[in-house]
Amino acid sequence: MSTDFHSTEHDEFAINAEKLCKNFGALTAVSSLDLKVEKQTIYGFLGPNGSGKTTAIRLLTGLLKPTSGQVNVLGCHLPQEANKLRLKIGYMTQKFSLYDDLTVKENLQFISRIYGLTANEQKSRLSELLSTHQLTQQSQQLAGSMSGGQKQRLALAAAVIHKPKLLFLDEPTSAVDPQNRREFWEQLFDLCDQGTTILVSTHYMDEAERCHKLAILENGIKRADDSPQALMNNMTTQVVEISANNLRHIKDNLIKLPQVISAAQLGTHLRVLVNKNESQPIALLQQQPCLKPSDKLAIVRPSLEDVFVSCTGQGVA
Amino acid sequence: MKTSLLRIQAIVIKELLQLSRDKMTFGMVIMIPLVQLLLFAFAINTNVRDIPVGVVDHSQTSLSRVLQQTVSATGIVSFTHSYHSVQSAQKAIDNSEVRAVLIIPQDVSQRLVRHPSVGFGLPPSSKQETSRPIAQWLVDGSDTVIAGAIKGLRNMPLAELLDKPANRSTPTFEVTLLYNPEQRSVVNIVPGLVAVILTMTMIMFTSAAIVREQERGNMEMLITTPLASIELMIGKIFPYIFIGVIQVSIILGLGYWLFNVPFNGGLAQLALATLLFICASLVLGLVISTIAKSQLQSMQMTVFILLPSILLSGFMFPYEGMPLPAQYIAEALPATHFIRLIRGVVLRDVAVVEMSFDMLWLIAFTCFGLLVAALRFKKTLD
Repeated sequence: MSTDFHSTEHDEFAINAEKLCKNFGALTAVSSLDLKVEKQTIYGFLGPNGSGKTTAIRLLTGLLKPTSGQVNVLGCHLPQEANKLRLKIGYMTQKFSLYDDLTVKENLQFISRIYGLTANEQKSRLSELLSTHQLTQQSQQLAGSMSGGQKQRLALAAAVIHKPKLLFLDEPTSAVDPQNRREFWEQLFDLCDQGTTILVSTHYMDEAERCHKLAILENGIKRADDSPQALMNNMTTQVVEISANNLRHIKDNLIKLPQVISAAQLGTHLRVLVNKNESQPIALLQQQPCLKPSDKLAIVRPSLEDVFVSCTGQGVA
Repeated sequence: MKTSLLRIQAIVIKELLQLSRDKMTFGMVIMIPLVQLLLFAFAINTNVRDIPVGVVDHSQTSLSRVLQQTVSATGIVSFTHSYHSVQSAQKAIDNSEVRAVLIIPQDVSQRLVRHPSVGFGLPPSSKQETSRPIAQWLVDGSDTVIAGAIKGLRNMPLAELLDKPANRSTPTFEVTLLYNPEQRSVVNIVPGLVAVILTMTMIMFTSAAIVREQERGNMEMLITTPLASIELMIGKIFPYIFIGVIQVSIILGLGYWLFNVPFNGGLAQLALATLLFICASLVLGLVISTIAKSQLQSMQMTVFILLPSILLSGFMFPYEGMPLPAQYIAEALPATHFIRLIRGVVLRDVAVVEMSFDMLWLIAFTCFGLLVAALRFKKTLD
């Protein structure tokens, strides 16, 4: 394969997509998506519900045929080589999709047989997975009777049973508490360290911030992509934080200014996003009659949520 | 190829595990054939006996009472009511008090002596007098089976009424009843019941099979794996072949021990016919499950197939008596062909290959159905 020009070209990228489009009838779910995902990184899709995250993942796994555009995943051309790709990728669905009426062990045995593991491979791989994902004690328990965090660990174990080079996770932590989410991400970094490329979709900012690289999706269009840090640095807006009494009233007034992109209350503060072209944002805001001279204004470091809002012009669901 | 078999095996093991946890379904596998066999074998009886009838006796003689006794001695009817007038008797039929009424006229004894079958010499010259029946039946003719049974009394021999030796006339035809000389309905029903119960359970289980994976969200995971649709289909129907075999054993075993249904054919022939039909039914269920969007829909479609399989397949009514369009529909149903095969094997000891049309039809149906199901089941989501 290394003599093949095309595959060497894609060698450094696990996923390489160009002008990827998918229409469902009149609805455009994914529009002209360019995507390059480096190997052994965790890449995030950040976007509100209905932004095309799941459709994009399904296009990249070969489950959906693109309306137009080129996709190369792990050297396989899609959709022609979708069957070949299936052995190399793991996919964890948004909803728990293993069998509720089978035990943890039976579920894992089922998946390992589907991937053609021999009896010996199966035995060692299963005990390894059960201990890595802290499921040894639950191995005889029915999957349906487990907690959200345990189910999610089982789903991850099932998705990596055949040691895939590339792992797709579709909103993996939507049914999990913060503690479990932390542990889950530790597992993901371990996998990444062992050479797996991971593509994860999310609508949680803290989760997105953990990714090496991030694409912000809205209405099927990629608004920005870079590392979370670079995204924050290269923002087209600046963030002014206002401490005052009458925040709801101030917000309603400031939002009318053309230079103000958005304003959102965070407890006792109001975060105002002002266009970067405005050189004196504090002075501009202070002039407004709704603000009293005693109110405190300060330029603060942007967060990923600010990036998201300035990219998409709206909040996250 | 080896990995393909491994994947089919994975589905089979998974199905068996799920089935063993699903107590309700597991119970139905045993209870459906058991209960339905007992129910149908006792209930369905085309030899009607003891029909409740009434009598209007205008003559009130000892002869009329002997006539009633002779009629009820046939066992076909039993006199439960007596009425004074034809009007009140007709009312009783309207109210379903009785199904028929025997009206005995005043001059029953004169009619009787002139009746040719009694045989008191030559009939008098007046034709009108000779040709009069001795009494009349008023019958609720809406149920053709009951009406037919009473119509059978029309030519009842009367000689014994008058203590005369029976003067049996020579019948036009000699009739020899093969395979079921005692004319017990159960002999015909039990093998047919195999077809009905298998149609019901086999189609029901498999039609829900794929839909269930979709409803519970498991399909989303399965389609991301290397599992091919044909492997999923084969793995899904395989465990149910065994279930079908268990059910056939229950029905025919109980039929043999409890109802004395003869088992004349070979076991291998029976197994061959049954397997052909089980496969055809399972594949039909698979096709349904690729069409249905929910388990409820798959259930409705199962009933849609089940009713004609009961009514048109020859299980309840003879195939030959149906109009041509109904026969075409019957020909399309696997149950029709199987009922011919299993009645042939169980009752007449015919080899399946000798009924090659029905055998080939079931094989062709299975292959075609599997192809349709695999094509309809889309591995990609769009």
